[in-house]
Amino acid sequence: MSITNSKNRKATKHQVSGTGYWANAWFRLKKNKGAMLSLAVIILMVVIAILADVVSPYPYDLQNADHAFQIPSTQHLLGTDNFGRDILSRIIHGSRISLLVGFSSIIFAIILGGLLGALSGYYAGKVDNIIMRSMDILMAIPGMLLAITLAAAFEPGLNNVIIAIGVAEVPIYARVIRSSVLTIKGQEFIEAAESIGASDTRIILRHILPNCMAPIIVQATLGMAGAILSVAALSFLGLGIQPPTPEWGSMLANVRQHLLTYPHMALFPGLAIMITIFALNILGDGLRDALDPRLKN
Amino acid sequence: MSTLLEVRDLKKYFKTPSGTVHAVDGVSFSIEEGKTLGVVGESGCGKSTLGRTVIRLLQPTAGAILYDGRDISSPSKEELKALRREMQMIFQDPFSSLNPRMTVKDTILEPMEIHRLYDGDRTKQSESVLDLMDTVGLARRLADSYPHELDGGRRQRIGIARALALEPRFIVCDEPVSALDVSIQAQILNLMQDLQEEKNLTYIFITHDLSVVKHISDKICVMYLGQVVEMCHSKTLFKQQYHPYSQALLSAIPLPKVGVTRKRILLRGEISSPIDPKPICRFASRCPHAKPICFEKEPNLVHVKDQHYVACHLQKEGQPYELPLPEDTVEIENK
Amino acid sequence: MNENKLLEIKNLTIQYKTDNGLVHAVNDLSLSLKKGESLGLVGETGAGKTTTALGIMNLVPDPPGIIIGGEIQFEGSDLLKLSKQNMRKVRGEKISMVFQDPMTSLNPVMTVGKQIAESVRIHETLSRKEAEQRAVDVLEMVGIPGERFNEYPHQFSGGMRQRVVIAIALACRPDLLIADEPTTALDVTIQAQVLDLIANLKKEQQSSLIMITHDLGVVAEVCEKVAIMYAGRLIEYGTLDDIYNHTRHPYSIGLFSSIPSIDGDEERLRPIPGLMPDPINLPKGCSFWPRCNRATENCKRAVPALIESDPDHWVRCIHIDKAGFFEKNAVSKKTDTSRNESITHTKDTDVEIDSSKLEESLASG
Repeated sequence: MSITNSKNRKATKHQVSGTGYWANAWFRLKKNKGAMLSLAVIILMVVIAILADVVSPYPYDLQNADHAFQIPSTQHLLGTDNFGRDILSRIIHGSRISLLVGFSSIIFAIILGGLLGALSGYYAGKVDNIIMRSMDILMAIPGMLLAITLAAAFEPGLNNVIIAIGVAEVPIYARVIRSSVLTIKGQEFIEAAESIGASDTRIILRHILPNCMAPIIVQATLGMAGAILSVAALSFLGLGIQPPTPEWGSMLANVRQHLLTYPHMALFPGLAIMITIFALNILGDGLRDALDPRLKN
Repeated sequence: MSTLLEVRDLKKYFKTPSGTVHAVDGVSFSIEEGKTLGVVGESGCGKSTLGRTVIRLLQPTAGAILYDGRDISSPSKEELKALRREMQMIFQDPFSSLNPRMTVKDTILEPMEIHRLYDGDRTKQSESVLDLMDTVGLARRLADSYPHELDGGRRQRIGIARALALEPRFIVCDEPVSALDVSIQAQILNLMQDLQEEKNLTYIFITHDLSVVKHISDKICVMYLGQVVEMCHSKTLFKQQYHPYSQALLSAIPLPKVGVTRKRILLRGEISSPIDPKPICRFASRCPHAKPICFEKEPNLVHVKDQHYVACHLQKEGQPYELPLPEDTVEIENK
Repeated sequence: MNENKLLEIKNLTIQYKTDNGLVHAVNDLSLSLKKGESLGLVGETGAGKTTTALGIMNLVPDPPGIIIGGEIQFEGSDLLKLSKQNMRKVRGEKISMVFQDPMTSLNPVMTVGKQIAESVRIHETLSRKEAEQRAVDVLEMVGIPGERFNEYPHQFSGGMRQRVVIAIALACRPDLLIADEPTTALDVTIQAQVLDLIANLKKEQQSSLIMITHDLGVVAEVCEKVAIMYAGRLIEYGTLDDIYNHTRHPYSIGLFSSIPSIDGDEERLRPIPGLMPDPINLPKGCSFWPRCNRATENCKRAVPALIESDPDHWVRCIHIDKAGFFEKNAVSKKTDTSRNESITHTKDTDVEIDSSKLEESLASG
């Protein structure tokens, strides 16, 4: 190797060292065009949701009886609804609720499910049996039915919707995390941590959970899509977000009587739901490929 | 020389649905400070379980472990944590023994953090990490690298540095070089010998590689199905074996030499099950020298001569019996 | 082509395309094997041994692998130019391969007898009965009682499973058997049984053998010829006697002095300093020079040619002339014997440090 060559080598080495697991995953994700497009869509949605008051052309609850049932025009880009409210503005404000509920319910499910799954996988035996059998019972009830039951039992409202949807997701995360914990627990570095005197808490928090992140992130992205769909469904049934707060599902519910005469009123909220779900699913698949160590070369 | 570790009649059983596995079944030995005890045997002979039980990663089923004169077979939580500073382990697999999400520095630092070395002074700990990296031959600039960026040899050096971080006196090395290429294996073996000399470390060196164990050990014990069948000074074992299993094992090693001819004992059959073994000689079913008594009772470990112990019915206390070559041999000729 | 030659590899080059660059797995490899001969292909991880074998079988995974060039002449035809169909006929019938892990090369839901019979029937037109009889025969040949025909792989121990894999490989009486680390996963006593089996079969069946291994002991026992590979190149080739008793290449010498000996009493090993080069970024010239104690400025200029140092003993090193310039002992004194030196060598096992040192010494000298 000549001097120049060895310098080159140093340079490439430098690029590699310091780049951790996540940087590598990001590198792989960047090559997936579909996933990157989806990521852009999702980021755009988050930005719009945050800036809803600024970007929406009208207040979401501004009623104008004269302008009811308008089809898309330059004045109302996506038309108006039966109360003459601007559909675009309502969709923009509705994204706040959808994303908030989707995100919060998944976080709720990850924290609760993660904790249960980690305990169950790490301690095995009786603890595992008790936790996993209760999860099985929870899983035996269809998620939507469980969410409906919970939502109906409590006062309808944002927090209760989040909990209702989150609870239904808990067993999924508990299972995902338990199985990764079981795999990781069998590796020698856990034994090594024990041999240097690490406590159980330290082993779980520092050695096991960080290594379970990949499947959790994938599951969370896909789960968020499901949660957004669930909140739309609950609202559609009248158990979720209450009017006049705009929510995609309840917007759909409102137009039921007018569906045949004014299809645009259902089309746009429906499209909003579809695009979000689609983007999250594609991103989830992309993340799975990017984070899967088996594809690492 | 004082005895650092003494193990008496150590047993480790595992309950499984199909019965009790006698992984370690009545093992006794002692190691002097600064020396290396090699433990050899084939897969499933209980050598790894033995190592893990001795440093208390596993709770022994029965028996005594005396470390520096203290019995450590059932320590309290605090005693166990204190023990961790004295006894460490180097693992076999340089890939799975390091947390893939932790940098080299974090990995070596962690034991110091747990035991609050240097009164928890982060700067001093970091300095000590870099010193350790020098000691084991890792370039300091690799401190922020992740394990997956490094090759097997370097990763094994990280494992060694982690084991040394608490300045232990006693280290169990579980096949530390088996996963490495020969040229790297030799580098790591030399490093381990240097460290032993420098820090007066005591090793238990577990391996299936007989030439490695001969190279590094002072004393060797040969294990078969959870029991020690032969124990002696490492050089004597390779000259004279008094147990039929050791005899067969040594004859099976392929020699990297040309122009030598020797007889190889071919063992028929496979290792029998360690699940609820019968109280007879565990090697009897494969033994070319087996006698009726071997199928009736278990042999004890007897002292045949000069610190040479054998567990075989053919051997009597103080009367070594030179095993003849069995009939079932093949001639191996390296042309 | 020489009548006697069964296999002749000429200038084989195989690369893998990865995100980080081109991996030069096999570089310009030429080898030949006579009928009935057994060759040991020796090298460390990443030396390109397995890729060479996969190349012969035309099984290099594509993507990411690409066979850049070369020829593999086998019984008069170039294996690299054969159609998929014809190649399938060669595999199994003429050339068989035994892989390292006996567990993953067997189908867990099929009895071992069926698996053997199946592979026979793919290549030969035999009735089911005849194929099953053949399966029983080969099982007995590898030392497994024919009654175990109807058992599943999990009912066999590791050593037995490897025998089954060998039985499958031999069922069609191939002309060439390629064994990729067939005993690495086995215990010594079981390894002895399998090696004994391979040696016997070779004698009985007169088939040729390529034994891929890192274990110089295994090679000494089974092979007649030895090829040592380093970073995708053949660096030394010759008979057992040539390689073991008249070792020429500094890497081969280093390899021998890295193994602790079972009958000697060495206090310290003399390892090769440094690490295998990155196959994406091979050093210019001789790929071994950054680790070599003989390296000079000339070593970096170009890849050394193979030189015939003794009759049919080939070495890829510019320091070797026809008479075998230096001998094993002369060199081994020079390798690090003092412990300080070994630490400085191993302290930073990186190529750039070594090379900069060398640059200095070369500049001053």
